[in-house]
Amino acid sequence: MAGKILLEVVTPEKLLLSQDVDMVIAPGSEGEFGVLPGHCHFLSTLRIGELRYQTDDVWRYMSILWGFAEVTPTKVTVMAEVAEKAEDIDVGRAQQAVELAEQRLQAGGLPSEVRDAQISLEKARLRKKIADRARRGHS
Amino acid sequence: MPSLQSLRRKIAAFKNTQKITKAMKMVAAAKLKRSQDRILAARPYAHKMRGVLSNLSQRANRSAHPLLQKREGKKVEVLVVTSDRGLCGGFNGNIVRKSAEFVRQCEMQGLTVNLSIIGRKGRDYFRRRSWPIRQEWAGIFDKLSFEHAVDIGGDLTEHFVKGTFDVLYVVYNEFKSAIQQRVIVEKLFPIDAATEFGAGQSGMHESAVGGSYLYEPDEGELLNVLVPKHFQIQAYRILLESAAAEHGARMAAMDGATRNAGQLIKKVTLYYNKTRQTAITKELMDIVGGAEALK
Repeated sequence: MAGKILLEVVTPEKLLLSQDVDMVIAPGSEGEFGVLPGHCHFLSTLRIGELRYQTDDVWRYMSILWGFAEVTPTKVTVMAEVAEKAEDIDVGRAQQAVELAEQRLQAGGLPSEVRDAQISLEKARLRKKIADRARRGHS
Repeated sequence: MPSLQSLRRKIAAFKNTQKITKAMKMVAAAKLKRSQDRILAARPYAHKMRGVLSNLSQRANRSAHPLLQKREGKKVEVLVVTSDRGLCGGFNGNIVRKSAEFVRQCEMQGLTVNLSIIGRKGRDYFRRRSWPIRQEWAGIFDKLSFEHAVDIGGDLTEHFVKGTFDVLYVVYNEFKSAIQQRVIVEKLFPIDAATEFGAGQSGMHESAVGGSYLYEPDEGELLNVLVPKHFQIQAYRILLESAAAEHGARMAAMDGATRNAGQLIKKVTLYYNKTRQTAITKELMDIVGGAEALK
C-alpha cells in the first residue's frame, strides 16, 4: 500500500471523522471520484450520495447530503451539510422516511412542493440503502 | 441610628436580590452548556472552511469572483457583536470600548468608517452617541439559528459587492472557557491568504509550490457556491461564539453578585443584632433604674 491519506469529514454539527485511510470514493456533483494517497489538488462540490472509504481492506460507508471536498496529496477534507455514518442510521426510521416521502410525492401539489418531495425521497432512499448495506456488512 | 424595622427591611431586600441573581446564574449556566456545545461543534467546520478558502484565494484568480476581489480600500466597516441583554459584567463594555478605539484608529489613518451592529446593547450605545450605523440586527440571540447567519452573511456580501465597503472587520467576544472571554478583532473581507487558521491546514505547505488545481465543476461555478457559503458559516460561528461568551460572562457576573449579596446580608445582619442588643440593654437599664428609684 502506498501509504495512507487522511480523511476528515466535518459537518456544521461536528467533526464526524478524522482517520487515515487507504482510499476514498466520494459522490462528486459531476460523478463519483476516487482518491488515493498522492492525488493532485482537487476541489469539488458534492451531491447527495454515498461516501466510501477503505481501511485495511474494510469498506465503510457514509451518507453525504450536499457539501464539497478538498483534496490534497495527503488529505481529503469533506465538508458536508449533513453526513451520517452508516452504522448510525436507524433503518426503521429510514424506511419510514422513504414511505413518507413517496406519499408526499404522490400527493402532488405546487411545483416547489413536488421538488422538495423528490429531494427528500432521494435523501431517504440513500439513507435506507446505506443503512442496509452497513447491516449486511456487519452480519 | 437606623430603626430595627428599616434594617429588617434591608435584609429582606438583599435576600430577594440574592435570590434573583442566583436564579439568573442558574439560567445562564444552563444556557451556557447548550451554547457551549453548539460552538464547540461548529468550530471545526468553520475553521476548515476558512482553511480551504484562504488556500483557494491564493491560487484562484481573484477576479474570478466578485467576493474574492481585493480593493485598495478607503471605506471600512466594523461589525460589532454585542448581546441583547445586560447584566453580564464587562461583556458589552469591553466590546464597545474596543470598537470605539478601533474606529478611532481607522479614522486617524484617513479611512471612513461605518458600523453595523448585532445586539441591542451595542445598538443603543452607538445610537445614543449618533455614530454612523449602516445596519443593525437586534433581538436575534434569543432564538439563534443558522437563518440569522444566512441573513447577515447575505447582507454583508451584497454590500461588499456593491462597494459599500472595501474592508470589513468584526469585533466580537470569543468564547475561551466558561469564565473567560476574549475580545477579538478579525478581518472578514477581503479574504486573506495568510490567516491564522490558514497556515498548517489544508496543505498550505504544498500550495506554496503552486501548480495546477483541479476544479469540478469549473472554477467560477464552484466559487459561486463556496464563497457565499463561507461567509454564512463564519457569521454563524461568530454568533455562536458571542452567544456562548455572553452566557459565560453572565454566569460569572451573577455568581459575583450572589456572593456580594451574601456578604452584605452578613454585614447588615450583624449590625442589626448589635442594634437590637443595644436596645434591649438600654431598656433593661431603664427598668432597673426605675426600680431603683422606687426603693
